[in-house]
Amino acid sequence: MDLNIVWFILIGFLLVGYAILDGFDLGVGILQIFAKKEADKNAMRESIEPFWDGNEVWLLTGGGAIFAAFPHVYATVFSGFYIAMILLLVGLIFRALSIEFRNQVDSQAWKNFWDKAFSISSLVVALLLGVALGNIFIGIPLDGEMNFTGSFFTLLRPVPLFVGLTGVLMISLQGAAYLLLKTDQDLYVSAQSWVRKSWLLFIVFTVLTTVITAMTDYSKIGLLFSSFWGYLATVLLLAGVILVPRFLKREANFRVFLSSSLIIVAMFLIVGATIFPNMVPALIPDYSLDIYNAASSQRTLFAMLVIALIGMPIVLAYSTFVYRVFRK
Amino acid sequence: MDAVLLARIQFAVTIGFHYIFPPITLGLTALISIFLGLHLKTKNELYDKIAQFWISILIVVFSIGVATGIVMEFQFGTNWEKYSRFVGDIFGAPLAAEGVFAFFMESTFLGILVFGKKKVSQKTYFMSSLFVTLGSILSAFWIIAANSWQQTPTAYTIVNGRAELTDFFAAVFNPSTIPRFTHAVVGGWIAGAFFVAGLSAYFLLKKQHLDFAKKSIKIALIFALVSSALQIELGHVHAIQVSQTQPEKMAAFEALFETRKNAPMVLMGIPNEEEQTIDYEVSIPGLLSFLVGFDTDIEIKGLNEFKKEDQPPIMIPFFSYRIMVGLGFYFIMMALIGIYLYWKEILDKSKWYLTLLLYSVPLPIIANEMGWIAAEVGRQPWIVYHELRTADAISTVVSAGEILFSLILFSGLYLVIFVLFVFLISKKMKKGPDLAQTGY
Repeated sequence: MDLNIVWFILIGFLLVGYAILDGFDLGVGILQIFAKKEADKNAMRESIEPFWDGNEVWLLTGGGAIFAAFPHVYATVFSGFYIAMILLLVGLIFRALSIEFRNQVDSQAWKNFWDKAFSISSLVVALLLGVALGNIFIGIPLDGEMNFTGSFFTLLRPVPLFVGLTGVLMISLQGAAYLLLKTDQDLYVSAQSWVRKSWLLFIVFTVLTTVITAMTDYSKIGLLFSSFWGYLATVLLLAGVILVPRFLKREANFRVFLSSSLIIVAMFLIVGATIFPNMVPALIPDYSLDIYNAASSQRTLFAMLVIALIGMPIVLAYSTFVYRVFRK
Repeated sequence: MDAVLLARIQFAVTIGFHYIFPPITLGLTALISIFLGLHLKTKNELYDKIAQFWISILIVVFSIGVATGIVMEFQFGTNWEKYSRFVGDIFGAPLAAEGVFAFFMESTFLGILVFGKKKVSQKTYFMSSLFVTLGSILSAFWIIAANSWQQTPTAYTIVNGRAELTDFFAAVFNPSTIPRFTHAVVGGWIAGAFFVAGLSAYFLLKKQHLDFAKKSIKIALIFALVSSALQIELGHVHAIQVSQTQPEKMAAFEALFETRKNAPMVLMGIPNEEEQTIDYEVSIPGLLSFLVGFDTDIEIKGLNEFKKEDQPPIMIPFFSYRIMVGLGFYFIMMALIGIYLYWKEILDKSKWYLTLLLYSVPLPIIANEMGWIAAEVGRQPWIVYHELRTADAISTVVSAGEILFSLILFSGLYLVIFVLFVFLISKKMKKGPDLAQTGY
């Protein structure tokens, strides 16, 4: 296994870590749309307050790591998806502000505004990231200079849109599963029903996405089942989908959360297994960015690996410590 | 409009706004650690109350810093695609390291500081504040290491039109990293010190929370004096480094048109680029040469050594550099006067001083911004010194109209955030430290 493959896996690890962790607080934000009572909204936001900030660092670190390990991916995707990226950034800014500013003024109108901002920005961020991933999944138009040749509307093709919607439901499921761990009484009952509904809709949209993908570009399905990893991803996805309702019935709530996280791992694995060794497949295959032509030098990849091997265990150690401090 | 100009304006607006907040964070976190340390040592609850109030302010400053910082992490890719391809092998690693070594630490332990007071021991609480402080310093280190490589690129070769790393540590510790890192961190400490001192002065002027304000202002003034005195030496070291590694930048700072020995230090004046002189010049002969080499015979390179198209603009670096240096001396003077008044026990009666101190809160922030402007405009026309021009570094696929759209969006959003920031801080000040809510 060479360094380029190691970094393909590590970037995947960072993105999955981000999706699992920021996923639950984005999900809580999306679900807040359905909370009726003031007290419920408060309890939901408070459940993520100590963590959302640290969770978002996974995205920052992921962005930095892509820049460092695969600079051409960073340059091509971020400049190519310009308007979408700008909207994503505005969404992230609004989200940060809504969580921190909501309680600073004792006015109902102020609070209502920031509650709405919190929900909408969470939804927008989750949707945009999902659509972006969907575009990477089916490939984008690139020229021989590695530059994006489509427009904003290229990004809104059917498959990426459905991947985006499926992603939103996956994130809602993750948020609802997290709420099981942090709530009681009425809100807990709502969380249980949110888990059921997101789970069901997630399955429906996953099937729809698969059908649409098969109809538009059947080769993607073939690519998925051309390697061990594709089969593994499918098995994991099925396992997660089957386990969520079983654990929910037994109120084994932490296991519900783990099963929901397993679904996230499986979904990323599906994308990874399908595109590998490409990072950004191009519609004209010769122009694709892969783990070699888009990568930094071996020296940089090695230096980054040392940084990751020193840094990440330390991060995991103190993150675990802090999560323990805030156990319910 | 010109896409390069628009992209530059957007970069300047987004980082200029962002750079209001991290320096205050650097200073505030250091002071909060000091207050919590004093609490742990003396068991005086007043110190804890002081720390809690400044933590409640820190939350606001820090969250705006995070929210606007995400834009910076992504903007190299969105707007400076060619730059990203050129430097990716070197520039990305410190950004990733900043995430791994600094952001995680800062945000995780800030969670304890804000929400965990009743859940951990006093010692753990103090340690958490130290980690937040350390995280903010490490964050400054990595981002400045990355930026310094643009100023004084080291340890690379050009392969297929891209800069490729030859030695990681040599690139991180390039000639300008340490001088710029120390200078910027201490600039942040000064900003935090005057922030705390100035807002404490507000309480003294209102004759509210006097015990709180007196202790708070005392520590902040001592911290201000130590930091601003230290800054003279750090600024000096940095200036010597600039004159050695980027002589045209120093020439722009000093509007030195001709290479000469016995170069003067210009105190005041307006550079006249057409006549190649300085109008209304007031200067001290030989001082620049002396400061750079402790010898008036030292020769300082002038702008005439460089081709016209390689020269930085003069006006902006010349004035921003002067405002920064002038403010630096003002900070030392203010801190000295404050400590003298405190020592004479007449500080709370010296209304003129307290008022001046309150209105001085924005000045270190301005000084930091001026230092950044001098450094970055002085680097032009290069985005990577002597390797890549700014004009050749932007994203080719992004149109001027799209940049204009995002520029308007960010500018509007940041204006709103700034108004909210001022509003929230003044609201917290009116409420005072008794009602500062943290640690639930």
